[in-house]
Amino acid sequence: MPKADFEYLWDELEPGCVITEPGNSRSFYTGDWRAFSPVLEKESCIKCGTCWIFCPDMAYQKNEKGYYIADLNYCKGCGICAAECPTGAIHMEKEKEI
Amino acid sequence: MRNHQGMEVSFAAAEAVRLCNVDVVAAYPITPQTHIVERLSKYVADGKMDAEFVPVESEHSALSLCIGSSAVGARSFTCTSSQGLALMNEIVYLVPALRLPIVMILANRSLSGPLSIWNDHSDVMSVRDTGWIQLFAENGQEVFDHVMIAYKIAENENVLLPVIINMDGFILSHMFEPIELTGQEAVNTYLPSYRPRFILHPDRPVTMGAYTMPTLFTEAKKAQEEALLASYPYILQAWKDWGTLCGRVYHPVETYYTEGAETLFVTMGSIGETAGEAVRLLREQGQKAGLVKLRLWRPFPLEDFLREIGSAQRLIVIDRALSPGGPGGGPVAGEIRAALYNRENRPQVFNFIAGLGGREVTVGSFQEMFVSSVSGKASGYQIFGVRG
Repeated sequence: MPKADFEYLWDELEPGCVITEPGNSRSFYTGDWRAFSPVLEKESCIKCGTCWIFCPDMAYQKNEKGYYIADLNYCKGCGICAAECPTGAIHMEKEKEI
Repeated sequence: MRNHQGMEVSFAAAEAVRLCNVDVVAAYPITPQTHIVERLSKYVADGKMDAEFVPVESEHSALSLCIGSSAVGARSFTCTSSQGLALMNEIVYLVPALRLPIVMILANRSLSGPLSIWNDHSDVMSVRDTGWIQLFAENGQEVFDHVMIAYKIAENENVLLPVIINMDGFILSHMFEPIELTGQEAVNTYLPSYRPRFILHPDRPVTMGAYTMPTLFTEAKKAQEEALLASYPYILQAWKDWGTLCGRVYHPVETYYTEGAETLFVTMGSIGETAGEAVRLLREQGQKAGLVKLRLWRPFPLEDFLREIGSAQRLIVIDRALSPGGPGGGPVAGEIRAALYNRENRPQVFNFIAGLGGREVTVGSFQEMFVSSVSGKASGYQIFGVRG
């Protein structure tokens, strides 16, 4: 796990801010500014994977029972999955105020 | 016996690019830079230069392409002028931030409008704060030499920054001058192959040009500025090594008749030679005139400058660009005034905006500036020679 960006001093950066550990965005949870979360009603879900295909952040993963579940550490809450779901199994719910 | 050949300075510049074994040339022709690009495309077409020549559709693409080629480790070159630099502008900022050692020749030409193809420094002043190392050549030989020197500086592992070589449009680009060409073997010794610190390669992937949050942007800019400031000793070293090789020695601030001078002209680029002639004549008349020429514009050689102006009472700073609506004068004079502000016994600074859009600046012009400054007639700044 690389350091968080706010921990770097200026002289610790590689020349040109080159990132030498590509793919490190996995280490940074980017879902924390989400305002709405997708909620799946499993009774209506036909496990077609449309949400997984359309998710622009690749936040959806298939679980062991074949359902596609959004990883809320990365989901930005855009609602595309809910809009595209052919059976209306996904709806968006407002995040609770912190 | 030294071997000088008469040639157009643009062709000498192209010959220097060829001698540098540049791998990629991406450029769009624009007056007055065109002859450099034409010559390079001919070299590649004739098999005299083992490089990719990419005739891009715009200057924006030219520098974008150089970023890509430099990022995979190719020695990359572009050149442009005026409107071309303006069109390239957003990419100009990216290159030093990515620390890519691209070299660009800028055939200085005024920015429109009104539309003009002629020489001044408004184009280079528009990229003053982009973070490139910026050098000024005074004649054709200096243009030729500085192509090699620029790559030597840029690719130094302690520098890794892009370099702009400024050459005055037409006054240098289209001038025929005797040029002492350096042999290929000597250039190869001076300029070994580029060994990049990072390259884009699938075997060892890295990310370049990533997004930065407010939590890191300040540190990134600080690192970039420190890199530019830290390039200074390596710039000196590159000049010193070139001097050892060719006998032509360059300095960040060049001087002429500064000893005992009470009034010093400050110039950049080709008008330094004209100013030098004026100073020589003024000295013949017993006037204590001298000349200081900024060869290195970024990083600004402040200590060298302060040392060279010594205890002169007056500086006559020539700006080749106007800073409309500014607090007084052109960009060069503004910086020099700021640099002197905290000095005791600082000289008076007179500022002449001269040679806009190709207006001639003659030996007589400098003599006029001298007289009006010494007599106290000149005010803070004025546009020299403007009618009305």
